[in-house]
Amino acid sequence: MNKQIVILAVLGIAAYLLMSSIYTVSEVEQMIITQFGKPVGQPVTSAGLKVKVPFIQEVNPIDKRVLEWDGNPSDMPTKDKLYISVDLFARWRITDPLQYFLRLRDERSAQSRLDDILGSETRNAVAKHELIEIIRTTKDRVPLRDALLTEAERDMGSLVPIQKGRKQVEQEIFAAAAEKVQVFGIELLDIRFKRINYNESVRPKIYDRMISERRQIAERFLSEGNGEAARIRGNRVRDLNKIQSEAYRQVEEIRGVADAKATEIYARAYNQSPEAVAFYEFTRTMQSYKSIIAENTTLVLSTDSDLFKFLKGMSPNGDSPSARVAAGERR
Amino acid sequence: MTSQHGNGGQGGPWGGGGTPPDLEVLVRQGQDWLRQLLPGGGSRGLIALALLALAGLGAWTAYYTVPSDSVAVVQRFGKYLKEVPPGLHFKLPLGIDAATIVPVKRQLKQEFGFTTPGASDPYQSPLDGNRHKRETEMVTGDLNAALVEWVVQYRISDPVKFLFEVREPSDTLRYVSESVMREVVGDRTVDEVITIGRQEIETEALTKMQALSTKYAMGISIDQVQLKNINPPEPVQESFNEVNQAQQEKEKLINEARRDYNKVIPLAEGEKDQRIREADGYRLKRVNEAEGDVARFSALLAEYRKAPEVTRRRIYIETLQDVMPGIRSKIIIDEQARSILPLLNLDTRKGDQP
Repeated sequence: MNKQIVILAVLGIAAYLLMSSIYTVSEVEQMIITQFGKPVGQPVTSAGLKVKVPFIQEVNPIDKRVLEWDGNPSDMPTKDKLYISVDLFARWRITDPLQYFLRLRDERSAQSRLDDILGSETRNAVAKHELIEIIRTTKDRVPLRDALLTEAERDMGSLVPIQKGRKQVEQEIFAAAAEKVQVFGIELLDIRFKRINYNESVRPKIYDRMISERRQIAERFLSEGNGEAARIRGNRVRDLNKIQSEAYRQVEEIRGVADAKATEIYARAYNQSPEAVAFYEFTRTMQSYKSIIAENTTLVLSTDSDLFKFLKGMSPNGDSPSARVAAGERR
Repeated sequence: MTSQHGNGGQGGPWGGGGTPPDLEVLVRQGQDWLRQLLPGGGSRGLIALALLALAGLGAWTAYYTVPSDSVAVVQRFGKYLKEVPPGLHFKLPLGIDAATIVPVKRQLKQEFGFTTPGASDPYQSPLDGNRHKRETEMVTGDLNAALVEWVVQYRISDPVKFLFEVREPSDTLRYVSESVMREVVGDRTVDEVITIGRQEIETEALTKMQALSTKYAMGISIDQVQLKNINPPEPVQESFNEVNQAQQEKEKLINEARRDYNKVIPLAEGEKDQRIREADGYRLKRVNEAEGDVARFSALLAEYRKAPEVTRRRIYIETLQDVMPGIRSKIIIDEQARSILPLLNLDTRKGDQP
């Protein structure tokens, strides 16, 4: 019985020894072997099953992949004194694991170094540039213009000009920081602005400006509408007058022609001979009596008149009756 | 940032659950179990039981299945071994081989500024509610602000790179996407961003994101960038609406003026034609009447010429015969009786008035 227990114990100890003398290295990591806390030998960078001295040696895994650094958004002023909130991210990798292990030991302290270094370099760079320099990238881009905007609103649909642009500012931050992190066995791969936003305190002013710009456009639309409407109304009055006066002119012309024609016809007929003139006068006068003499007319006629001359007798002094009639008819 | 190492470290977002228990942990458990059992005696049977359990565990961890939309990346003692197609597969048990399943054929997407509820991929949506809003806020190239929501469609094109090159490829993709979108929006005016330039933004953002993901060797290929809602910031939205309303109002004002114009002008044209036609009628009437009068006169004149004196008398008498009966007061006086005239003065004058 005891023998068996001893065998079991030996087996157990042997297994434990075995377990503590082998270790695996993954594709994504490299190992630093430490002996009583002190690194020994070169870091193990190839993946697979490895052997070490049990108990005495310990393995410290260090990531081999590209790592990310995600900065906290922080508020800082630009050169044009605008408070903005800037959020950066960076990619980095551990190039000298031994150095990294000695200086930083773990990733938490690496991240906090990056926070410090990138944070201050960002502040420096942002303070040296106007906001637009870190917003825009392409120097000579010509924006599409909204068809709604007029020439007068040129400042509205266009981009603010820049000297450097976002890429260059990023590059400046990168160059300054990359140098500083080298001592930690870290290589900075690149940094990029993730978010740049107006600080809360600046926003209302920006919004006010945007609102006033829009209002400006809205007002223009209204006044364009009113202007165009007025023009149309003017056209209406003009066209109406034109049409009506043309109508008047043509009507009068036609009537004039008609009257002239009628006059000509009458004249030609009535004026053909002295006899015709006299006859016309006579018949026309006769005709006019019918309308001139109405019911309430009082007619005083002499018995000398041609009509009534026979009232006095059968044979009146009948000389030139026409003259007598003419005289007698004028009441 | 938590640092992940050991066997679970390379577990992708979907593979973590499929990795069998760590070898060391297993052995430690075995040791504990032995220690508990040993003092009791009857050990042979127990040892056999322990070995049996170990064998069972080994069998349990010796196979895995790969779904049809994925491949598995197999590592032996952490070292990359092979890529395995979909189906049932076997591997060395007890943590010697580890298989990580990567959904290479699945179309994945990341949403920015909004969340589709119920997504199974934890990287699809913004990480927490607060960042939601902040993700969308952007500054445009004319120093205005806009809220942009978009979606990135991507696939895992290279599972080995995806697992081993970059630690958090999905997070990195999020950062890249946000950064590029702001870069593109930052080069545009607010009008371009909100209305006229959407297509162009999608295209340019896609190109830039693809370039970056290639440069970063994340094993991700980006297929599409789609813009969703793009709005001006809340306080400004109303004034953007005002512009739309003003545009409508402008059209309305012009249309109303046109309506008034149309109400009057065609009518006036018609009336003009009416008057001209009427005048034309007058002309015809006048000429015809004149010709009629003249014809009558000429006919009469011809007859008159034949017997002037009689005709004149006849016409005269006929006319007076026509006229006389209609007159109420007729006074016939004799030349010799002039003395009556003064008495009739009033009446005469009265009769004078028509």
